[in-house]
Amino acid sequence: MMRAERPHRFAGFAILLGLLVLTVGLSLTVGARAVPWDEVWAGLLGQIDSIGAAAVAVRVPRTALAVLAGGALGLAGAVMQGISRNPLADPGILGVNAGAALFVVIGIAWFDISGAQNFLWLGIAGAGLTAVFVYLVGATGQGGATPLKLTLAGTATSVAVSAFIIAVVLPRNDIAGSVQSWQVGGVGGARFDTLLPAVPFAVVGLLLSLASARVLNALALGEELATGLGQSVALGRLMAAAGAVVLCGTATALCGPIGFVGLVVPHLCRMIAGVDYKLVLPLSTLAGASMLGLSDVLGRVVARPNELDVGIVTAFVGAPFFIWTVRNNRMRGL
Amino acid sequence: MSDMSLATPRAYRRPSTRRIQVLALLTALVAGLILLTLSCGRGCLAPGDVFAALTGAPGADASFVVSELRLPRAVLGLVAGLSFGLGGVAFQVMLRNPLASPDIIGISASAGAAAVFAIVILSVDGWLVSLIAVVAGLGVALLIWTLSARRGAAGARLILIGIGISAMLDSITSYVLLEAPAWDRAEALRWLTGSLNGAQLTQAIPVAGALLIFGGLLAFTARDLEALRLGDDTAQALGVRADGTRLRVTLAAVGLVAIATAATGPIAFVAFLSGPIAARLLPGAKGLLLGAALVGAFLVIAGDFVGQFLLPARLPVGVVTGAVGAPFLLYLIIRANKNGGTL
Repeated sequence: MMRAERPHRFAGFAILLGLLVLTVGLSLTVGARAVPWDEVWAGLLGQIDSIGAAAVAVRVPRTALAVLAGGALGLAGAVMQGISRNPLADPGILGVNAGAALFVVIGIAWFDISGAQNFLWLGIAGAGLTAVFVYLVGATGQGGATPLKLTLAGTATSVAVSAFIIAVVLPRNDIAGSVQSWQVGGVGGARFDTLLPAVPFAVVGLLLSLASARVLNALALGEELATGLGQSVALGRLMAAAGAVVLCGTATALCGPIGFVGLVVPHLCRMIAGVDYKLVLPLSTLAGASMLGLSDVLGRVVARPNELDVGIVTAFVGAPFFIWTVRNNRMRGL
Repeated sequence: MSDMSLATPRAYRRPSTRRIQVLALLTALVAGLILLTLSCGRGCLAPGDVFAALTGAPGADASFVVSELRLPRAVLGLVAGLSFGLGGVAFQVMLRNPLASPDIIGISASAGAAAVFAIVILSVDGWLVSLIAVVAGLGVALLIWTLSARRGAAGARLILIGIGISAMLDSITSYVLLEAPAWDRAEALRWLTGSLNGAQLTQAIPVAGALLIFGGLLAFTARDLEALRLGDDTAQALGVRADGTRLRVTLAAVGLVAIATAATGPIAFVAFLSGPIAARLLPGAKGLLLGAALVGAFLVIAGDFVGQFLLPARLPVGVVTGAVGAPFLLYLIIRANKNGGTL
């Protein structure tokens, strides 16, 4: 990996901030419906007299959701890759998002739970339990938590969880449609009143994760060395994992399980900024927000007049990257 | 003398007897299950009524239920299960890794995506769907082989690349199904997990044909495949052409899995489970292909029966096999040694 010079680092931040601004701009102006500029302004200012302006007004919360969820997933992916020292770690691949989805679906179907706030708690609980489970399965047995074993444990868990979700949903025709489209992963139905309760959760997750940069840096040197450097490894790992879980659960509760953002983004950020997690973590947040926002825009454009759910776009863009990572990395257990 | 017999474990003393016993038992189990699914559903019929309905005796009350509803379901379950089991174990033996089964490395996903695309977007049906599914399956197999062909194709790299390709193909499938206006969403969900709902005898015909052709091809290749397990060099020394064998096995296994998937949807984990279960039942490697095929048929028919009648809600067979298969995969992961383990 290239060693990052100081100006280089600021350049990274500047580029990604610029990209995020561009993403937000595109997300507000580009859509299934072409809207002239004056109506875009009208929509942003809340005057929804014309259809075009109304369309733009709907895009505002949608953009906010994409940025929030994307940032959360990008950061969570970076933290997970750091904790497990596994270049293939991603909340989608490890089944964590699927676990969050299962809890939300069970909440809807069996306990008649509704309301954004409750979904958030359910999502976080599901993400936490699944993360612990997958990690335990992946780490048990010979060789510890190799990328192959963790990925397979995540895949197996995802399949089991999906079977369970279908078993819960199928007998309930009344909720099947909404759950199915939510499960693919979409930001289309965003509203500010469901988005606002998530902000405190996202902030807590963000702070916990960003604060774990030192621990992750130490862990990158190996567990023994990290302990030798005076890091409380166990506690630090726990804090970092808690941050990542809160972020994944929040993002999944808001827009369904979305994969591959957390995989792609940290790798790209390491190419820009080197291996220092103090840089990689904030950069991953910015880049994740841009990636999900751009994927959403892409999904609106390619299938006009229909829209592609953003989860489909990220899988389609992210899976080749996953394959590329597998081909190029010299990993433990590969 | 008694020392000698102590030194030889019982199971290995006469493997052929044990093998025949196990295979006969499996066949009997599958036959018994089919009889059960024909006679029992919401209510049970006497065996005599079932026989009368099957032979088309005039005025048999149960004729519609048995020959229009239950028989196609049982037949499709049988041929699809045999295909999944046989195709799965062929991959696992060829790649010397139980995790390299078609439903994990993306072959099933490619057949499923191609079938959905053909049905929904191209509006074709019947043989053409099977053909498209097979072509897509072969294409994806070739792609995975090419992408992972560095330092040998049998390792973890192949499995991980397959998982990545599966994710991409699944996103295509979800997209097509979500966009399709004519499809009921619940029906789409059912198909995605694999289901025998609405089975018709005409659906079973391509699967049965594939079973004859590709199953026969595999049967002729079984001995060479066996030699391949010893390693390419040893196989070469035994006069087996490794690449030719791999080509034939890939063609046959992809054909089996893809055509069955086009008919029933990707029934989760049947291809993955059948081989390892058969390997635990059978001593040695002989008869493994046949054993795995029978186990596959057992899993599909039993899973369908459980999902239909023994659970509080009617569920497609893929939900049942997925729920059974995932813990087994987790167990294999925990038990796996560094090279992923052999069958």
